[in-house]
Amino acid sequence: MIRIIGSKLFWRSVLIFNAISVLLPVFFLVNSSLRSSTDFANNPMQLAKHPYWHNFAQVWQNGDFANFLKNSLVITGGSLVFILAFGVGAGFVLGRYQFRGQNLILGFVLTAMLIPAKLMILPLFIQLKWMHLLDSQIGLILVYASGSLPAAIFILSGFFRALPVDLDNAARMDGASEGQMIRKVLMPLVKPGLAIVTIYAAIPIWNDFFLPLVFIQSPEKKTIMQGLTIFFGEYASQWGVLFAGLMIASLPLIILYLILSEQFIKGLTAGAVKG
Amino acid sequence: MAKQGLKRQQNRMALMLLTPALATILIFTTIPAFTTLSYAFFHWDGFQRGSFAGFENFSRLFHFPFREQFLIALRHNLLVFVGIFLIQTSLGIFLAYALFKIRRGQRFHRTVAFFPVIFSLVIVGYTWQIILNPFFGPVNYIFHSLHLDTFARSWLGETSTALPTLVFINLWRWVGFPTIIFLAGLNAISTDYVEAARIDGASEGQIFRKILFPLLAPSMTIVTILTFIGAFEWFDLPYVLGGSSGGPAGATDTLALMFYRLSFGSVDSIANQIGIGSALGVLIFLIVGVGATLGAKWLRGREVEA
Repeated sequence: MIRIIGSKLFWRSVLIFNAISVLLPVFFLVNSSLRSSTDFANNPMQLAKHPYWHNFAQVWQNGDFANFLKNSLVITGGSLVFILAFGVGAGFVLGRYQFRGQNLILGFVLTAMLIPAKLMILPLFIQLKWMHLLDSQIGLILVYASGSLPAAIFILSGFFRALPVDLDNAARMDGASEGQMIRKVLMPLVKPGLAIVTIYAAIPIWNDFFLPLVFIQSPEKKTIMQGLTIFFGEYASQWGVLFAGLMIASLPLIILYLILSEQFIKGLTAGAVKG
Repeated sequence: MAKQGLKRQQNRMALMLLTPALATILIFTTIPAFTTLSYAFFHWDGFQRGSFAGFENFSRLFHFPFREQFLIALRHNLLVFVGIFLIQTSLGIFLAYALFKIRRGQRFHRTVAFFPVIFSLVIVGYTWQIILNPFFGPVNYIFHSLHLDTFARSWLGETSTALPTLVFINLWRWVGFPTIIFLAGLNAISTDYVEAARIDGASEGQIFRKILFPLLAPSMTIVTILTFIGAFEWFDLPYVLGGSSGGPAGATDTLALMFYRLSFGSVDSIANQIGIGSALGVLIFLIVGVGATLGAKWLRGREVEA
């Protein structure tokens, strides 16, 4: 028995078994999205020999669905603009300048990182209402930006700090202003940090369900994850269409993951692993 | 003179670059976090704040009917934490060790193991809901064709199986995360220790128990704390699969769901109870904050230097 556990074959079979349990439900999702609803109801376990693309056409013709996708793109993209622009600025200052009160600011940022967003939802709700930012995409974008900024600043300041000081001096010697120095010299060098922050922030925002549930009321402003719940009510037991909807909603991330899996893993575990 | 000019330029720059980020965090995170505490001490009529209430909201939370709901939800959160912690952590270490052992194909298996983490819980929840559908789902189809009819049941619809099923779905979606954290921990351990032990004739099992596992303590701290926080703020999966009242019949109710119902109303009662909701929010925050801090302190104490 101990011999078996020690062998490479055993550990390889463990990994293969794990791969099957991960991929089987995903395969089921893809396969079922290509079968007609009646076909699926007759037998859930058959291969889609003749892909039934009509499901996807039906999802697409449901005008709301495309609109949900567009809203998610706008909200995720908009949040990223704020997170990257503000995060690079603050990360640069905290990583490369030395001034009085620096530790105080770092402490402020780190404390904000520990506050769970779910539990301050009520005051945020009332505050957004008062600011006329309730049921608005800009309001949601600002809340997301605020939620991801502390970690973004923390990660980026680490990247800025790691660059050699001589770079700044050389750039200044050549007559570059501070702004030019950031844009032309330092930004290209912290690109890996920008990639990590982008993934760290974008995936949870794209996937988020809770904040749009609370802050967005108008059906035409809902995001894709919110939209799916409406969609599941509308098309109950039209299995093929439901699977196609799930496929379309997850496809953007699946494709990106297949291309950038290493960066995804680094980005999504960035908050947990030191260095 | 030039140096002073630079300093002035830097000060202006620092102010210009820090203000937008810090103002955003202040307005949308710090201020609401502080006001959330005050909400619990006032009477509320809908979203309108009334008179000062002292600890009345807290005391109402501990009386009928909220007390019963609170205790049931708290019990579920505790069960979920213990369940997720035991299964997910041990499976995570097991898979991480397998990845650590296998060099050829490691990249592929690591990518696959982490894959479900990128999925939204809404998509994961709905996909599993159909897979486990009592009439049309493949799971029961298989059980029926194997004549194992006792296993062909409504896994998400029965009060006795709903919560364990949610924990299982959570496991499918999340186990890749601790796996990657533990793998990073294993990779950070100096090979010298392992080599030395091997020369001394230690078996692979001994090397794991006596060297690798103790040195994994920092990863264990991170995984435990994140699991604890996640378990006590568990919302998305139970909401998607059981609705805001934690169906079936409250079998999957959690503290976060109860907090949501009190804050924004529910199907059963349209009227919200912001005061009691905030009191519950403060309690959850205390449980998570105190639990995570004490836990981290205790776990860090047992870490050894690698």
